[in-house]
This record gives sequence, C-alpha cells and structure tokens, in this order.
Amino acid sequence: MAASAAKAAPKGETARATKTATPKPQRASKTAGRDKASAATSGGLSFSKEQELHAHREMLLIRRFEEKAGQLYGMGLIGGFCHLYIGQEAVVIGMQMAVEPGDQVITGYRDHGHMLACEMDPKGVMAELTGRRGGYSKGKGGSMHMFSVEKQFYGGHGIVGAQVSLGTGLAFANKYKKNGKVSLVYFGDGASNQGQVYESFNMAKLWKLPVVYVIENNKYGMGTSVERASSNTNLSQRGASFDIPGEQVDGMDVRAVKAAGDRAIAHARGGEGPYILEMVTYRYRGHSMSDPAKYRSKDEVQKMRETHDPIEQVRARLIKDGHASEDELKAVDKEVRDIVNAAAEFATNDAEPDPSELWTDILR
Amino acid sequence: MPIEVLMPALSPTMEAGKLAKWLKKEGDAVKSGDVIAEIETDKATMEVEAVDEGVLGKILIEDGSEDVKVNTPIALILADGEDESALEKGGAAPEKAEAQPAPKDETPAETEAKSDGKPASGPAKVESAAANPPAPEALPEPDVPEGTEMVMTTVRDALRDAMQEEMRRDDRVFLMGEEVAEYQGAYKVSQGLLDEFGKERVIDTPITEHGFAGVGVGAALAGLKPIVEFMTFNFAMQAIDQIINSAAKTLYMSGGQMGCSIVFRGANGAAARVAAQHSQDYAAWYSNVPGLTVIAPYTAADAKGLLKAAIRDENTVIFLENEILYGQQFPVPKLDDYVVPIGKAKIARPGKDVTIVAWSIGMTYALKAAEELAKDGIEAEVIDLRTIRPMDTDTIIESVKKTGRIVTVEEGWAQSGVGAEISARVTERAFDWLDAPVIRVSGKDVPMPYAANLEKLALPSVAEVVEAAKAVCYRD
Repeated sequence: MAASAAKAAPKGETARATKTATPKPQRASKTAGRDKASAATSGGLSFSKEQELHAHREMLLIRRFEEKAGQLYGMGLIGGFCHLYIGQEAVVIGMQMAVEPGDQVITGYRDHGHMLACEMDPKGVMAELTGRRGGYSKGKGGSMHMFSVEKQFYGGHGIVGAQVSLGTGLAFANKYKKNGKVSLVYFGDGASNQGQVYESFNMAKLWKLPVVYVIENNKYGMGTSVERASSNTNLSQRGASFDIPGEQVDGMDVRAVKAAGDRAIAHARGGEGPYILEMVTYRYRGHSMSDPAKYRSKDEVQKMRETHDPIEQVRARLIKDGHASEDELKAVDKEVRDIVNAAAEFATNDAEPDPSELWTDILR
Repeated sequence: MPIEVLMPALSPTMEAGKLAKWLKKEGDAVKSGDVIAEIETDKATMEVEAVDEGVLGKILIEDGSEDVKVNTPIALILADGEDESALEKGGAAPEKAEAQPAPKDETPAETEAKSDGKPASGPAKVESAAANPPAPEALPEPDVPEGTEMVMTTVRDALRDAMQEEMRRDDRVFLMGEEVAEYQGAYKVSQGLLDEFGKERVIDTPITEHGFAGVGVGAALAGLKPIVEFMTFNFAMQAIDQIINSAAKTLYMSGGQMGCSIVFRGANGAAARVAAQHSQDYAAWYSNVPGLTVIAPYTAADAKGLLKAAIRDENTVIFLENEILYGQQFPVPKLDDYVVPIGKAKIARPGKDVTIVAWSIGMTYALKAAEELAKDGIEAEVIDLRTIRPMDTDTIIESVKKTGRIVTVEEGWAQSGVGAEISARVTERAFDWLDAPVIRVSGKDVPMPYAANLEKLALPSVAEVVEAAKAVCYRD
C-alpha cells in the first residue's frame, strides 16, 4: 500500500448520473465450464418486490455512507487510509441476501460496505473511522480493522490476501464444530495473486471446508489493471488446479450476485467444499482517498456509472415495474441520509479514546 | 579381521536408538546394500544397510535393545576367507565400518526433508555442550507438594503429555502441522495423539506454513484453540505475517472484542550440522512483539507445565522448543494437572557471586559453567528465564542486587538479542548495584556454518560462559 499522500481537498458532490439509465440487458455470466448450475444465471433472474426494495435500500445505505466517509476524510476527520466501496455495493448486498444467520464474513481493507451489510451499526463504523471511543474497535482499529463477534464479521484486514487464509480457518472451525455455517471470504483481484490464497485453496478443497471465495474484481489492484498483473484474467478459474468450481458473475447486478451466491453457498453448506465467485465489478473512487486514479480515464468511470450502476439498475426496475414511485424512493433516500447523518454526527462528536486505552486489549 | 558394524547416527541430533530388529541372522551372507537391521530413532524407524560384503559373523546387540549409543559395535562381519575363529581375536583393532542408513519411508523425517530430502547419515556428532546429559538439580516448583513422585521423562514426552492432557480437557484444542498425525510427528512429539483423538483433531497439513498458520489463526478467531506445530521455527518465517499481523494484533485492533488463543510451537534454534537456514534462534524476534507471549523452556517439567499453561492461555503464545533437548530426561512431578505459570523465571542454582541468565538450551552452558566456577570458588546464581515475554525482570534484578554481576547466555545473535534486552533492563533498574559491565555470551555474528569445527565456534560454549563470569568477577 502506498504511503498516505496529502489528504485530498474536500470534494464537491460529484455530479451523479441522475437520469434513469435504461436497464441494461442482463449480461450473461460467463460460466465456468464445469459448473452446469451457473447456466441459471443467464435467464429468469427476478427479484420479488420486497427483494428489490431491500436491495435498493441496503445498497443505498452503503453508497450514502461512503460518500459521507469521503466527505469526512476531506474534512480531516478521518485519517490514514480510507478505501471506499462505491460502485461495488451489489456484491456484498447480493451475497448477504443469500446467507443464513450465523454464516461468517471476512474481507480485506475495503470493508465498510461489508460491515453495513452485516447489519453493524453505522454509528459504530463511522466512529471507528474517525478514531473515537464509540467505534467498533474503540478507535484502535480504524477503517481497515473492525470486527463484530455479534454479527459474525471477522474483519477488516489490512494485509492483502491474509483474510483468505483466515477465512479458510473460519470454515475449518465450522467443520470442526459441525455447525452447518459457511464462511464468506471476500478479496480483490489484487489479492488473487497472493501465494497464501493458493495454499488456502488447496487446504479448503482437500478438507472440503464450507467456504465461498468471493473475488471482487474491480479491475484494478491499486493502480495496476488486472491485465497488467494477472497472467490469466479469468479469476473464476483460479481454483482450477485444485478442482474448485468457479464462475464469473455480473457483480453490478444484485440479482445475478444473489443467484450465484445461492448456488455457491448451497454447494459449500452441502459438504462439497469451496466455491469461487468472481464478481466482475467496478469501483468509482480511487483505490484509497489519497489515490488520484490517473491510471484510468474519466470516460471509463463515467460510462460505468451511467450504464452499470448497481443502484440505478434496481431503481429503474422498481419504477418500471410499478413497485415504487419516485416519491417513495425519495423517502427511502431521506431515511438513509438521516441514518448516515446521524452516524456522522455521532462520529464527529464522540470523544477520542481515553488515554488509558493505549495499554488495554494487548493480552486477555 | 572381522569388520565391526557400528550403531549409526540417523539424524543430526541422534545420540542413541533402539535396535528394533535384525533382518539377517548369524551365518547369513551379506553384501553391500543389503538391509541388515531396523533401528528406531526418536523420530522414525530406519533401515540399516550393510556396506561391506561377507558373512554376518556375530550379532553383538540383540533385537529389541533400547538406548544403543551411536558408534557402539552392533555386529561383526566376517570378510572373505575368515571363519568364526576370527571372531575370538576380533576385538584387537577391528576395522570400523559405518552402516549406511536408508530411509524406510519415502517421506524422510525431520528438517532435512526441507532441504535435500535425504536423512543425515554418518556420525553426526552432536556438539559437546549439548550432547552431555544435563546434571541439573531442577528445583521443583513451589506448588509441588512434598513427597510428590518424580518421574524421569524426556522433554519430547513431556510435551506430548501436555498436549494429550489438554486435548482431553478441552474439545476446542486441536493440533495441526506437517507430519503431526500419521507420521506421529517429525520429531515424534505428537506420538500417539492421532490414535487417541482421531484425524479431526490431529491434522496433517500440506507443507504450506503461511497458509496453515493463517487457517489456524482463523480457527482461533472463531473460538477454537489450535496448537500449530512448525517442524522448526525456521520455516515459520513464511508464516510470520499471520503470526504477528493477524494473531498478535487482532485483540488490540478489535478493541478487545476478538482475541486469538493459539499456540505456535516447534523446534527453535540450532540443531546440529544443519547449517544456516535451519539453525536460527527466533526468541528475540518474537519477543519484540506486543501481543505475543514467548516461552522457551529448558527442563521437561517446565516444557510440560508451561505448554499446558500456553494452551489454556487466551492469547497467542510462541512456544520455542529445542531439538537437542527433545531426547533429554528430567524429573517431572507426577501430578494430575501440573501447570507452570507463564512469566516466572526460576532460580535453577542459587549463588551469591555472579548471576547467569539463560533459557532453553542456553541453560546447559550456564549450569555446566556454574559447576566449573564452583571449583574456583565462584558461586554463580543461574536463572532459567523460561518465559522471554513477558520477562520476569524482578527475579533478575533481585539476583543482580545480590551478586552485582551478570552474564547472559543465548544461542541467538547478540545484536538486538534477548541478552541485549536483559542488559538494558539491568542498567535501567540496577545500575547502582552493578560492579561490572554486563557481558552477553551469544551465538557469533555469522550465519550458522556447516563444518563441525566452525559450527562449534559459532555457538556459545561453557568455556565462554566461564570466562565471562570470571571477567565480571575480575578473576583470571
């Protein structure tokens, strides 16, 4: 990770594409050869009204939260590294719609969205970003290091790829305890080249561990495109030499994510061992707040936002199908903004940790 | 002249073994390459091949003989033209022949498997200081009731007993590592555990330290209590990111919510004749890290009692064993539940003239040096540190206040070493009591050489400890 550069100046609200994008025709998932089930991805994707509304609201919460985090970072209230999840919301929300209570989640440092999706309190997350005592880690972890035993969220890890071995260990514990739970391990296209990922794949398959590896391919490992970093850019096939099935999924379509998640989780829970989902997604912001993202064109970003935005896709469907009116969606947006504003207010006003906290939590 | 077949050394640290079975009987013809016997070492069963041709004239060591010292003649081979009468006069100046060991299994045991896949052969002499059996009057822990039976136990068995007892006590405890299950442990520390606890709790891993350390940490975060065995800590350098960044720091980073109760254990430091990549002492490395507990026991009783404590501990414990100590015997109190407190040093030998602080195998040098010094009228107080982090500074300081002089002993390098840390603490807290500068006896500042003479020079010696102790006492 690059050294923290000077903080970016407060950004004005980026003009977001407000026109309702025409719903893109469903992008057929490229299915992994050996996985017959994934053929289902290409057709018959539909959410109930409740599912559409749920997905819309949850994704919107992440979007608004991250926008606010970016704003607070610009104001100097959040320090260090801050990696925003904007653009990738459909991945974690679709997957969380596929899990059962008690299934675990672990991810890397781009973790705010995962925590919100795990129903962690936005106040506690935002207060951790600002390094306050009410944060999930009492202000001692920061953006990249938050955990919740209650919500079965296992972090929040700052070392690229480390969560893959750790998440495999969570799955090991599930099998050991025979508790029927599945561990969801998120990592990026950058981490997918790390050595320990493959050591973990091997053990997961060897021991048939209940784990789903979710590769969030947002096309750039920091500033290096997948094409410049990976000899084989079809990351869904990274488990091929371990005989782990994998598929590529349109990670901008929450319905495709949920459908793939259902298949993968059923596979893992059924005792068949690990499964890999490559979520083809995109991040709109830089790698971290200090990344000017000069390695890609503004056009590329703008095009993704206008034509593939995960939230706009759902929004358009809700209107088109008559599931929600513009006013109703505005009300949802207001509700979400209120939550985020309350979180920001809490995180801004909460006290810093007591100095005595320096010396606590080193050993139990 | 009959040829003597000698008990071979089958591993770098083997001093003796069991002659399990003769595969040839007296009178059988043997030729070079024939397997003549099976020998059990503390790590594996190995086949011994004849090197010479002739007739197996006489078997000197029976089937099933235990504890046959390396280089003991085990049989006589009659060369062409010799008959049994030659056996009578055989003893005069027999031509010695080393039997060549061959690995019985495809998977060779122990550390060399990492480097060249071949077990060491030939007379791997163990360094003098380490080879000599310890003569410690290990003072029993204060909480051992008077009259408790003491059972002579090897460090290896003591470690196994500790794991066995704790696995019986707590279902969350499991053992994972390379060769810990079916092979019964690369150093046979886990012998018998697979049979008792099954493959769900005694787990052979692939040779992927980074990955399985991470898996262990993940399982610990999820509430299990893993014991992760590294065949040696040299290989844990591959895994050190997970040990430090994930295991040691998560409790703090989570604001106390999520801890990592795990033991990383295995052989640390120099074995014998395995050269630079397999001979490093990591005590100082791990002891640098807040969030880790670092233990390095010397005696079997401490190995058992401290490993039990480590397994029960709620934190990440680095448990540094020593290959050369594995086979050494010490009295262990026969108690149902012998647990030694973490973080407490032990005065292994009281004295008033100079303090010697050591731990793990360093204790062998320290205790012998104390004996030597006693002959010259210098009464050394030997402190067995046992836990490197948290360090029992109080015990050291109290001793220094009494003696006014201190020598530290470690096999690791001096720079930023544990001895350097002890020296700093003594300077900070007992400067006014010091009558001489602190002297560190340590491994030399070089990668470990292979050649026997150089290796001996690279390691600390009893003579160096004696010399250092005399120097701080201003005695010749």
